[in-house]
Amino acid sequence: MSTTQRAVATTTTWIDDRIGAGKWLKKNLRKVFPDHWSFMLGEIALYSFILLLLTGVYLTLFFNPSMKEVIYNGSYAPLNGISMTQAYESTLRVSFDVRGGLLVRQIHHWAALLFVASVSVHMLRIFFTGAFRKPRELNWVIGVGLMTLAILEGFAGYSLPDDLLSGTGLRIAQGIVLAIPLVGSYVSSFLFGGEFPGTDFIPRLYSIHILLIPGILLGTLTAHLLLVWYQKHTQFPGPGRTNKNVVGFPLFPVYTAKAGGFFFIVSGIITLMSAMFTINPIWLYGPYVPDQVTAGSQPDWYIGWLDGAVRVIPNWETVIFGHNISWNILLPALIIPGIMFTLLALYPWIEAKATGDKSEHHLLDRPRNAPTRTGLGAMGLSFYILIWISGGNDIIAQAFSWSINSITWTIRVLLIVLPPVVFIITRRICLGLQRRDRDKLIHGRETGIIKRMPSGEYLEVHAPISEASRAKLISARESHYAPLEAGPSHDENGVKAPKKGRLGVKLSNFYFANRVVPPTDEEIAEGQHHAADDLETVRPSGQITSGH
Amino acid sequence: MSAGSPRRRRPIATAALVTVGLVLMGGLYAAASSLASPARAGTNEASPELISQGAQLYKEGCASCHGLNLEGVPADSTNKANPKVNGPTLIGVGAAAVDFQVSTGRMPVGAYGKQVVAGRSSYTEEETSALAAYVASFAPGPAIPSKEDLDTTDASLAEGGELFRTNCSQCHNFAAQGGALSDGTFAPSIDPSQPNHIWEAMLTGPQNMPVFNDTTVNPDEKRAIIKYIASIKAESNPGGAPLGRVGPVSEGLLLWTLGLGALIACSVWLGAKAK
Repeated sequence: MSTTQRAVATTTTWIDDRIGAGKWLKKNLRKVFPDHWSFMLGEIALYSFILLLLTGVYLTLFFNPSMKEVIYNGSYAPLNGISMTQAYESTLRVSFDVRGGLLVRQIHHWAALLFVASVSVHMLRIFFTGAFRKPRELNWVIGVGLMTLAILEGFAGYSLPDDLLSGTGLRIAQGIVLAIPLVGSYVSSFLFGGEFPGTDFIPRLYSIHILLIPGILLGTLTAHLLLVWYQKHTQFPGPGRTNKNVVGFPLFPVYTAKAGGFFFIVSGIITLMSAMFTINPIWLYGPYVPDQVTAGSQPDWYIGWLDGAVRVIPNWETVIFGHNISWNILLPALIIPGIMFTLLALYPWIEAKATGDKSEHHLLDRPRNAPTRTGLGAMGLSFYILIWISGGNDIIAQAFSWSINSITWTIRVLLIVLPPVVFIITRRICLGLQRRDRDKLIHGRETGIIKRMPSGEYLEVHAPISEASRAKLISARESHYAPLEAGPSHDENGVKAPKKGRLGVKLSNFYFANRVVPPTDEEIAEGQHHAADDLETVRPSGQITSGH
Repeated sequence: MSAGSPRRRRPIATAALVTVGLVLMGGLYAAASSLASPARAGTNEASPELISQGAQLYKEGCASCHGLNLEGVPADSTNKANPKVNGPTLIGVGAAAVDFQVSTGRMPVGAYGKQVVAGRSSYTEEETSALAAYVASFAPGPAIPSKEDLDTTDASLAEGGELFRTNCSQCHNFAAQGGALSDGTFAPSIDPSQPNHIWEAMLTGPQNMPVFNDTTVNPDEKRAIIKYIASIKAESNPGGAPLGRVGPVSEGLLLWTLGLGALIACSVWLGAKAK
């Protein structure tokens, strides 16, 4: 019995003697997880969330979410004697008069930026490796929900200190609410308790930020993790890895140590950043006053794409029965994000429609082996990045001495032209890589040795690939689909087939008409036979070369 | 002429009415504005020698665009010296405008672009004051601020901040770092600006900047604004490196590059150790 096994046994026996959960614990402490660096992106999100909870609790001890006006009289001289809300005043106090307050505030803010960023890259990993496929579609939808909640939670926190920047952000949010046809002005009155800014909103937002959304986040996050546990983690293809097993290391001791260590790495890096770099210097922005604004008013990065969409959409408005329909706000702030998130949430079912595949998948796709999905993902990403850049158009214009109007027009054109181009190029690259993989499987790897035959013919010598890379490459078979074929348009009784099936066939052709078929065992066997011949004949000549 | 006279409806009657109205308004405005800032016009006393030195410098460096008699030269594609840009008249711009434009290196123009940019001045301090004296000798205008004008000892820092956020930050950013305007123009950073130049810019409104004369922002308020700009410039950054003081864009950039970059590097390292 090894030390770790003994440690597990002693602990589980102790618990088993008392609450009878030893068997369950023993099984789960030895639960195996696969290893890959990209599986840790979600962990970064989890740890920054824990950090947010801890620092958030500290901040609630000092923050006063009130919009009552007070005159500032504190440590920051340039604001002495200025009228401001208690929310802003207490944030100043946290920053300048509470021990460790500024550091904790900065940790909270950097961790928030990191939380949404790591959720995003985690989601990209899930998407590009096909981890959302059956049986994990539900967890994908939960993930999309978590992402939406994270963005909302971030925006709520950004709006609380009632500084000039956060007030400007809230004003824009209120403008978006007002743009909703028919009910906009009523919803705005309802939210703000009357006219903007009023005195109700920050206390309300506070409850939402520290109780409602974190509560839902915590619950949903638990469900997300439990599902990973229950459905087991996916793994990349490799030697000995199948759809029916999990190859990796046990939770105890390997992952308890790794994950525990990684928590401290994440906390350490965030704390280091917070100690070294200013984030959201609210004292420089000043208190929010509706008639003041600053150049470069920006949201935090995760709202930047929405702001960018608002900046890039032309000033379209229509008047119906004397009522303005503000497409310039509705489109970028509600319709486009609505479509984007709906497509994202529904994607597992869209792809399942194209593959017609109803089996479970626990082996991940290498992105190249799903060229259309990878292309679509890159296309969506390019769209997102473009409107994201547009959100910083004024800062870019200033930094590079460009015209802000030229930037806007360039992005407008690129938004239409670039995504399809990115799709085509990405898919082409994937197909090219697949072709190379196919070649490698059949002929082996290129050795760089050129052989001249007695007849004068030149040959390049190939060597067989290792078992590990063979297992990796052969996984293309798991990801490969032929396009679905349309059934007969009329059945044997002459009844027309329903239209429903034909959409799936069309989609399937879009996905898989362009494809590289992975080699069969016969093709590989034949190819390796050739390669062996090559090696056989090259050896004598090699000896001659070295002999001279 | 009775109320029903057809002559009242002639086009010429409308034109006459508009003319009378405009003259009246213009006259009233001129009277009002001369009442509003009478003391500040042309108070820089200058010796005749200085003015004649300025005249010489003006003929050499400025006249090709602004005219021999400061009357201005319209843009003219046939004129080699001034093919594109309209050189405005300098009559009445005041010594403050000349001092601002010349000593910040904006004039004489180095290169025509969307906007004239600041640089190294082509003239010495003495030459600049000669040019200013010469231009001011034509007609009264805003004067160069004196030492007392710029003495911010008694100015209110907090009021300066309030005024700055109300009047300046919308173009120049909350920390005076500057910002983009439309079509390639921009509000420059005031971070490196001297107090006298800030004062002069407010008084004369160079390029896209509006004029903040002494009725809009009085001298005490100008001093407060100058004090605030100097204060935030000198302020240590309690939160660490200020990241350009341009708001959340640079913060997001740092997070995605350094922050997430470092963490992904750590993940790769932890992932690789397992093999």
